[in-house]
Amino acid sequence: MKIFVCIKQVPDTETKIKVAADQNGIDTTGIKWVLNPYDEIAVEEAVKFKEKNPTAQVWAITSGPKTRAVESLRTALAMGADEAIVINSDEKLDAISTAKALAATIKAEGGAHLIFTGKLAIDGNQSSVPQMVAEFLSIPHTSVVSKFENQGESVLVERDVEGGAKEVVQMMNPALIAANKGLNMPRYASLPGIMKAKKKVIKEVEFSSLGVSATEQKVKYVQFTLPAEKPAVKLLNGDSSAQAAELIKLLRDEAKVL
Amino acid sequence: MSKILVFAEFQNNKLKRSSQELLQFAAKTGHTVLGFALGTQAGAANAELAHHGAQEIHFVKDASFDVYNPELFTAAVSEVISKTGATIVLASAGSTAKDLFPRVAAKLNAGVISDGTEITIAGDDVKVKKPLYAGKCFATGTFENATVKIVLMRANQLPVAAADSAKTAPATEHTFTTPSLKTIIKQIVKGTSEKLDLTEANIIVSGGRGLKEAGNFKLLNDLADVLGATVGASRAVVDAGWVPHSMQVGQTGKTVAPSLYIAVGVSGAIQHLAGMSGSKVIVAINSDPNAPIFQKATYGIVGDAFEILPKLTEEFKKALHH
Ligand SMILES: Cc1cc2nc3c(=O)[nH]c(=O)nc-3n(C[C@H](O)[C@H](O)[C@H](O)COP(=O)(O)OP(=O)(O)OC[C@H]3O[C@@H](n4cnc5c(N)ncnc54)[C@H](O)[C@@H]3O)c2cc1C
Ligand SMILES: Nc1ncnc2c1ncn2[C@@H]1O[C@H](COP(=O)(O)O)[C@@H](O)[C@H]1O
Repeated sequence: MKIFVCIKQVPDTETKIKVAADQNGIDTTGIKWVLNPYDEIAVEEAVKFKEKNPTAQVWAITSGPKTRAVESLRTALAMGADEAIVINSDEKLDAISTAKALAATIKAEGGAHLIFTGKLAIDGNQSSVPQMVAEFLSIPHTSVVSKFENQGESVLVERDVEGGAKEVVQMMNPALIAANKGLNMPRYASLPGIMKAKKKVIKEVEFSSLGVSATEQKVKYVQFTLPAEKPAVKLLNGDSSAQAAELIKLLRDEAKVL
Repeated sequence: MSKILVFAEFQNNKLKRSSQELLQFAAKTGHTVLGFALGTQAGAANAELAHHGAQEIHFVKDASFDVYNPELFTAAVSEVISKTGATIVLASAGSTAKDLFPRVAAKLNAGVISDGTEITIAGDDVKVKKPLYAGKCFATGTFENATVKIVLMRANQLPVAAADSAKTAPATEHTFTTPSLKTIIKQIVKGTSEKLDLTEANIIVSGGRGLKEAGNFKLLNDLADVLGATVGASRAVVDAGWVPHSMQVGQTGKTVAPSLYIAVGVSGAIQHLAGMSGSKVIVAINSDPNAPIFQKATYGIVGDAFEILPKLTEEFKKALHH
């Protein structure tokens, strides 16, 4: 019983982002790469599943530049994943090509009983890959999941939607679950876990071997820019009554948002 | 001339503002605008779609679409896109569209750009500006090799003018046979809030640890009621259990882009800023003049939230209700 976890390596949120000279991407020199925070939650849920279902094997999979992407796989292994696969690919692949590559690799490995992913990779801000992987594998998916229960033939999950509402969803297996915050608290890797992960042989697949051609890329990002500098804050003086009155005046007459 | 299909959404049987934005924007591009609605209210809403710029209406009047089911919606929406020959699809980046359209894109082998903050359509050239890396940079997304281009826009990014009730549009009803589904929506647990969701709100009042304890969120609620605002929160207070996670703004919460964001007792950590720096006007109220939130704020009040909040509520009441 194979449980796949799709993970992505992203710049740490504390990292300062600089735009590359050609403006077609970011300048990656000096960036600290980490496992996407939602993918940590996905790994944790997969490992928890394995702990309750001894026949389950957790396979972490990522698509990205091999030399650095393997680090995120080692993190997943240290947290308890059993096997890891890296699809060596360009870092500027769009969602659909990434999803095709992931789906093709999962298929080639004999398919999944369950697939866990994050709900969002914090670099591209898309929330697309999970739904696409599910479609390419013709399996059901639920995204933004904050509760998971295994029911054998099916799974029962809770999905967070607008206004604080929750949808309770049942999916027949195999199914894909995209994790939101609140699903669990990811564990810290143990020292023996880290040692074991270091020695693990990571399976490598070349993106070019998967039959996903470059013309299948549908979206390209150009003209990277930093946000415009905000003018300095206008501080309001006087006692609290004066400040309140002044603020309302500014919001109405200057900013025109009331 | 191409066809732009706008995925219309409703709340309390009224066309959402975010859908109005998209219809009105599409009407200005020179392309043919198709308004598309699903569910029980579809059909009854046709006039409203036309008033906001739809030139053709397509709808599936069927109660099975009142509850979002990814498999069901993917099948129906893909079919209608193909049948109508629409090559550009616009939807609001809310929880339904964000879940649905990537799956539709995979099915149609289309391109999808989510979370747009600016959009231009010149001929068949579609360009979308969106934030990346938690708002620390922006890029322009362009489509290549995509016969269908899908764009999910953040709410409140495009202007809305008054509807023109003289406009009408021909409507086509589509019927749809439900395929066998592997997804069952068992139950919908209603949220506590009847207000607009944070991601759609035009005004947000947000509270942080500076409010000292859960009970003090009442002060924020009072202000929000006067302003018709939705209440948000920092992660610190969500983690402390004062308010539910659905109210969290930031990198691991919601990304919001209201016209007005009032942050009270929020320090302005980078992860919080990631979720709200796209707001048009930011007001910071904080007792510490060195709080990082002031670097992002348009207007700032250095002072005690407990003193200022009641005053603000009182003054807003006077200013807005006379
Ligand atoms: C991976 C990761 C993800 C995260 N995601 C998020 C996220 O999505 N959203 C988020 O918000 N945070 C997030 N955080 C946490 C973030 O780093 C901060 O810890 C958090 O935002 C702080 O919340 P706060 O501003 O309410 O509290 P504090 O930082 O404690 O700030 C409280 C503020 O209140 C002010 N204050 C105190 N008393 C008063 C008073 N009487 N009147 C007025 N002001 C007063 C203080 O001067 C201070 O500035 C994340 C962190 C990590 C590591
Ligand atoms: N390159 C990738 N390799 C493996 N998984 C990915 C990759 N990109 C995205 N994912 C998965 O899809 C989720 C959502 O990513 P995104 O659609 O890019 O926002 C992530 O949290 C991952 O679980």
